[in-house]
Amino acid sequence: MSIDGLQQHELHDSWLIRGATLPNGTRTDIRLAGGRIAELGTGLSQSGARVIDADGLIALPGLVDLHAHLREPGYEHSETVLSGSRAAARGGFTSVFAMANTLPAQDTAGVVEQVLALGESAGYVDVQPIGAVTVGLAGKQLAELGAMASSRARVRVFSDDGFCVSDPLLMRRALEYVKAFDGVIAQHSQEPRLTEKAQMNEGALSGELGLVGWPAVAEESIIARDVLLAEHVGSRLHVCHVSTAGSVDVIRWAKARGINVTAEVTPHHLLLTEDLVRGYDARFKVNPPLRAREDVEALRAGLADGTIDIVATDHAPHPVESKDCEWDAAANGMVGLESALSVVHAAVVATGLLDWADIERVLSRAPAQIGHLIGQGNPIAVGSPAELTLYDPAATRVFGRADLAGTSSNSPYLSMTLPGDVRATFHRGYATVLDGAVRSSLEIAGHARGIVTHG
Amino acid sequence: MRHLLSTKDLSRDEAINLLDIAEDMADVAQREVKKLPTLRGKTVVNLFFEDSTRTRISFEAAAKRLSADVINFSAKGSSVSKGESLKDTAQTLAAIGADGVVIRHPASGAPAVLAASGWIDAGIINAGDGTHEHPTQALLDAFTIRRRIHGQASRSRGLDGVAVTIVGDVLHSRVARSNLWLLTTLGAEVTFVAPPTLLPSDTTLWPARFSFDLDDAIDAGPDVVMMLRIQTERMSAAFFPSSREYSRVWGLDDARFGRLAPASIVMHPGPMNRGLEISSAAADSANSTVLEQVTNGVSVRMAALYLLLSGDRKESKNVD
Repeated sequence: MSIDGLQQHELHDSWLIRGATLPNGTRTDIRLAGGRIAELGTGLSQSGARVIDADGLIALPGLVDLHAHLREPGYEHSETVLSGSRAAARGGFTSVFAMANTLPAQDTAGVVEQVLALGESAGYVDVQPIGAVTVGLAGKQLAELGAMASSRARVRVFSDDGFCVSDPLLMRRALEYVKAFDGVIAQHSQEPRLTEKAQMNEGALSGELGLVGWPAVAEESIIARDVLLAEHVGSRLHVCHVSTAGSVDVIRWAKARGINVTAEVTPHHLLLTEDLVRGYDARFKVNPPLRAREDVEALRAGLADGTIDIVATDHAPHPVESKDCEWDAAANGMVGLESALSVVHAAVVATGLLDWADIERVLSRAPAQIGHLIGQGNPIAVGSPAELTLYDPAATRVFGRADLAGTSSNSPYLSMTLPGDVRATFHRGYATVLDGAVRSSLEIAGHARGIVTHG
Repeated sequence: MRHLLSTKDLSRDEAINLLDIAEDMADVAQREVKKLPTLRGKTVVNLFFEDSTRTRISFEAAAKRLSADVINFSAKGSSVSKGESLKDTAQTLAAIGADGVVIRHPASGAPAVLAASGWIDAGIINAGDGTHEHPTQALLDAFTIRRRIHGQASRSRGLDGVAVTIVGDVLHSRVARSNLWLLTTLGAEVTFVAPPTLLPSDTTLWPARFSFDLDDAIDAGPDVVMMLRIQTERMSAAFFPSSREYSRVWGLDDARFGRLAPASIVMHPGPMNRGLEISSAAADSANSTVLEQVTNGVSVRMAALYLLLSGDRKESKNVD
C-alpha cells in the first residue's frame, strides 16, 4: 500500500482506494469524500485525493462489535474508552458497543452520556453505550431504561453482561418494557446456582484437572427459558456469547418457531478449545469458558447456517496481575478487538464455512441492525457513510504484543500464527489506521472535532 | 527430576525408581542415627496456603532427615492473608534462596503455575493442590501396598493385577486422582465407589471402573479398600442428604469390613472420621495400614526431595 499525490487542502478529506476487492468478489476503486463513499468504479481519476493501492486487499464495511468492555469509567487501569477505541480501529472496527459493567455502572442517562462523549472525543469509532438492565447490575430492580433510551446516547441494547438476569420475573418485565422504544435485552445466559465457583467447562477435563465445572446446561437452560419468555411477551431477545452445541440447538429451534431472537458467538469460542486450560495458564480463563471441540464445530455450523447471527468480541481487558496468578484467583476475559477478524478468518473462512460476504453480514451489517445503530453496517455503495476496512487476507503473522493497541495484553493469541491483517480503517471518511498502524490520538481527536491537523 | 507436580506425568520406571529410593530411606529410619547428610546446605520451604499439620510435619521430618534446612511458611497470619500474590510470595522465597518449595494450595494447578512461571527457580513439590492432585500421598499409598504384598522383595516391583477400590468423595479428592494415575501406571486395577453426586460428571478419560454399590464392590473381593475422608460440609451443598445415610450406604462399617478377605488391606489418608466413612474396628484392625501410611510418608517424601534436590539440578532430567 502506498500513499502519493498529497494535496494539503484535501489531505484527510478525500481518498482514492485503488483496486480493492469487495466482499462479493468484484474489484473496484473507491473514492471517499465528504465523509461518504463518493464514487465506485474502475480507473477513477485521482483528482487531488490521496491514493491507496489496495491490490489484493478486501474492502469490508467498517466492522461493528456489539459486545466489548471498554472499562471506563472505573477501571481505567485495564482500558479507557480512548485506548479501547484504538484497539477497535486496529482490528478494523468503526463502531463498538460498550458494555455496562463499568463503575459506576452504565445504569443511568448520565453515565451512558458520559461514555458516549468519551467516545466522541476519542474519535476512532462510534462508541455506542449499552445500558444496564438492573440498577448496579445487581439483578434486583430495573434501571431507568427509558431515560437511557431517550438520552443523547440513544440506548437500544440493554445488558447486565457479566451477570445473568436470572430472576425470571425481572427478565420478563425487562423484555416487555423495552418494547416501548424497540430495545433489546442482551442476556448473559448463565444460571448462577449451577455455576457457583465454576472455573472451566464441565467435562472429562475439568474432572481431571480438579477445576469446578461450568456445565453447558447452565447456559442452555437460561436460553431455553428466555426464548420462551420472549415468545410469550412478543419481545426481542439477543443472546450474548453462545458457547455450547446445545445452545445452538435451542436457538435453532426458537428461530424455527418464529421467536424474535438473535445470537452472537465470540471469535475465541470459534477457534479455541478447553484443552488450552491444561497448563492452568490464566490467559485462557474466560466466561463462558472455552468448550470442547464438538461445541466449536457446532458454533461454526450455527454461524454458517444463520442460527447464530453475528460475531462479537467480548473484548475484556485485564491488568497483568489479574492473569499472572493461580487459575482460581485469575479474572475471566480476553482482549479480542485487535485479533477478531484474523481469528474469524482462521476459524470459518479458511475452513470454507463462510465467505467474505458472510463476514460482512456477521461482523458489520447484522450487529448494526440488532443494535439499531445508524450510520454503520451499510454496504459499500455510493452514498454510504465512509466506514471502511481494508484487509489483507494473504498475510500471515505471528500475533504479538505489537499487534495490540489497547491498554491490556491479556490476549490468548500471543505467539500464535494467525492469517490476515487489517491494513487500513476509515471512520467518517478519515483514516484511523494506515499501513497497519493506528494513527495518533491527537490526529484522530482533531478529525473528531472537525479540525484538519496538518503534519 | 525437576519438579513433582502430578502422578499423571510419572512413567512406570520413574515411579518404581522413586519407590525403590523410598525403600532405601526406610532402611535409614531403622538405624540408630536416622539422618543422612545428602541435602546439607539446601533450603526447603514448606509453603502452606492451607492448614495441613500432618502433611507439613511429614515433609519437615523428611527434609530434616536429609539434613536440609527447613523453613515453614504458613499463609495464615502472614502477608499472604493480607493479599500478597502467589507471585510475590514465590519471588520472596527465591530471594531468600530456597532450593525446594513444597507447596500446598487450595487452587488446583497452583504448583504447576509456580513451576512454569519463572518467578522462582526452585524444585517444586506439589503437596496437594485444590481438588487436583496430591502425588506424594499416592506414592506413599503405593509404597504401603507394595510393602504389604511383597515385603522385603518389594524393590523394582509394580502393583500388577492388584485390585484397589477407592470409596468416597472422589469428586473433591486430590488423593483419588493421584492414586488413579499412579496405581494404574503401576499395573493395578482401580474401582471407584461413590454416590453419583460425588463422582466427576464425565469420567470417560479415567482408566477405572465405577460403581454406586459398596456392597457389590466389597463382594468382588478387592485386595485393597481405600476409604476417603468425607467432609460433612458437602451436605449443605446437597451432595448427600445426611451423614447417617452416607455412613449406612457408603461407609466401611463392621459388617462390610467382616466380609473382606483376611489378607485384604484397609487404607485411609487421614484424618479419619471414625464411625462415618470407616468404623473403628476396621481402622484399628490388623488389615489397616493407617499408621504405616504415615511412617511410609516420610520415606517417600525423603525420596522425592532427594530426587529433586541432590546433585546438580540444572543437569537433571526435566519430568514436569
